[in-house]
Amino acid sequence: MTTTAVAEAEPTLALASQRTLIWRRFKRNKLAVVSLWVLGLIYFTAAFCEFLAPQAQDTYASDRAFAPPQVLKVSLTSSPHLYVNGYKGTPNPETLLRDYTTDKSQRYGVRLFAKGDHYKLWGLIPSDRHLLGPSRHGAPFHLLGTDDQGRDNLSRIIYGTRISMSVGLIGVLMALVLGLLLGGVSGYFGGLTDGIVQRVIEFFMSIPTLPLWLGLAAAVPPGWSALKTYFAITLILSLIGWTGLARVIRSRFLQIRGEDFVLAAELDGARWHRVVGRHMLPAFTSHIIASLTLAVPGMILGETALSFLGLGLQAPVVSWGVLLSTAQSIRVLTTAPWLLAAGAAVVIAVMALNFVGDGLRDAADPYES
Amino acid sequence: MAGYLLRRLLAMLPTVLLISLVSFLIIQLPPGDFLTSVVARLQQQGQTVGADQLAALKAQYALDKSPFEQYLRWMSNIVLHGDFGQSFEYNRPVAALIGERLPLTMGLGLATWLIGWTVALVAGIYSAARRYSRLDYVITAMTFLGLAIPGFLVALTVVYLEFKLFGQTLSGTMSPEFDGAVWNLGKLLDVLNHLWLPVLVLASGGVAGTIRVLRANLLDELHKPYVTAARARGLDERKLLMRYPTRVALNPFIATIGWTIPALFDGEVLVASVLGLETTGPLLLNALKAQDMYLAGGIILIACVLTVIGTLISDLLLAAVDARVRIGYVRSGK
Repeated sequence: MTTTAVAEAEPTLALASQRTLIWRRFKRNKLAVVSLWVLGLIYFTAAFCEFLAPQAQDTYASDRAFAPPQVLKVSLTSSPHLYVNGYKGTPNPETLLRDYTTDKSQRYGVRLFAKGDHYKLWGLIPSDRHLLGPSRHGAPFHLLGTDDQGRDNLSRIIYGTRISMSVGLIGVLMALVLGLLLGGVSGYFGGLTDGIVQRVIEFFMSIPTLPLWLGLAAAVPPGWSALKTYFAITLILSLIGWTGLARVIRSRFLQIRGEDFVLAAELDGARWHRVVGRHMLPAFTSHIIASLTLAVPGMILGETALSFLGLGLQAPVVSWGVLLSTAQSIRVLTTAPWLLAAGAAVVIAVMALNFVGDGLRDAADPYES
Repeated sequence: MAGYLLRRLLAMLPTVLLISLVSFLIIQLPPGDFLTSVVARLQQQGQTVGADQLAALKAQYALDKSPFEQYLRWMSNIVLHGDFGQSFEYNRPVAALIGERLPLTMGLGLATWLIGWTVALVAGIYSAARRYSRLDYVITAMTFLGLAIPGFLVALTVVYLEFKLFGQTLSGTMSPEFDGAVWNLGKLLDVLNHLWLPVLVLASGGVAGTIRVLRANLLDELHKPYVTAARARGLDERKLLMRYPTRVALNPFIATIGWTIPALFDGEVLVASVLGLETTGPLLLNALKAQDMYLAGGIILIACVLTVIGTLISDLLLAAVDARVRIGYVRSGK
């Protein structure tokens, strides 16, 4: 009813493609749109982390271990500029750490496109410019404090974005391959095949995830290179993640298999891969994309949990989980609560993904009023 | 019903067997075995291990047999004697180690489950019945937060806040002065004081998901013709809600009660590690790290068997609650 009313008002709507319609519905969900922007920003950060981080991920300053966050201030003098106050660190013989006090008399200028640590963007383009950094290379500039070796927490979180967000993406793609294959076969052919695949899925679901992850992660040889470990962990994560996707895909296949257009295609003599690829899959691609979006957070949380326990990615690699694993003991937590900031990054990313996924799912459902 | 039960119990056997095989595979996956780490530790201390000494150790732990033989021995001992083997690391029977810790895990699980479901039911039904009300928005926002925050992060934050506000932390199961003391009211209160937090943290993750799904299910049901029909008959709105749509919306949950057990084991590993609880989770974690294979395998096996039993219970419950399942009109487990 409302559709016809809208169609009269906007004649283009009647001719709009499925994609346009979904996009229109998606745009009505403000929360999802905002989340999409946030998500874009996060992936932008992941792509350009070397440039966006004030420091390289491993730059350390042993005299600045567990330094508290500095506040970015604006100086409104004749030449307005940004600056941070320096601090005095005095060794505390009792805790064997340093006590820091802000030193208002010390001012370190902060500027855009500052010269800092050398890096190679994507391992290709050499540069030493950082979006925001101290005017003088090496001056203390730690907006989110430092860790036990005096490494900049903010920089490490920004570097971690690349690993954590891509683990989710690649893991989900691997899970999609498995899910599409087994879910599709199960849903399209039905019968005995369906029964067997369903039992396999149920079996996977009845194994507690974490012990399985732990066992598999413990099996990753410690001597492997960072990149190899990374792919191994991602594969392990997707080994569990595919079951949910397979179920969604199977139920979609079952739903659509009985439709007339599928029968028509089959009567036309199309072979099964054409029926599936050309006629059935496009009918629920949007659903698959929505389910994929909703599966990414699980992967990110899984990586975080594994790395937190020390069984996932290992130290020289920086991911949010690796960062959080340094904040495990109460002693560290009370001296440097800012190390929990990596957790905030996890929460923001997961929430944004959930909102976008929900928005997509609702927008892709043609029966939703 | 008895026939159905018997069939289901028989069908469980191959599943459990398969699970035991997978459990054993998981613990066999890491390269090397327990002795590798023992030898490494000895060498770190400057001791050398001779080849004959190593062979003797291997024979002692039965690690010189093929994996298949090891599995057969392990399995037959469990089935025939209830003997889960010996923990290498603790040098004690695995059964005793697990027996010490399983009650706490199960107790925590039961408490988490009861509290979680009570909260989720009330919040989910309210949220769906009063859709887009102010409280619905609050509940929805909370659930999204709950889904996004890993349990161990909540635990870490709470531990930190506790320390900042009270100057102490409530980690562990009880205060040190009660450890080993006879049970009395003081000890009970102390234990409760230590355990409410883990229960809350563990429940927070599951509750959020349950509320989301319950709300969505209920919203789907609320516009079905049978609800309109019941309303047209003049049924009181509250009675109507509880009697028809809620019952239907609950089915998926009853069907997945079995799956809450592995989820519990999952959440517990992390939260218990952070809060220093003596449950099976940290035990499993250490066993996996030290390649203490019988201990790790025993815990994984028990978790899996509990899950299978849980699935059976939920199927039976579902059949009891839903007449359509009983007569085979809809398949369970959907």
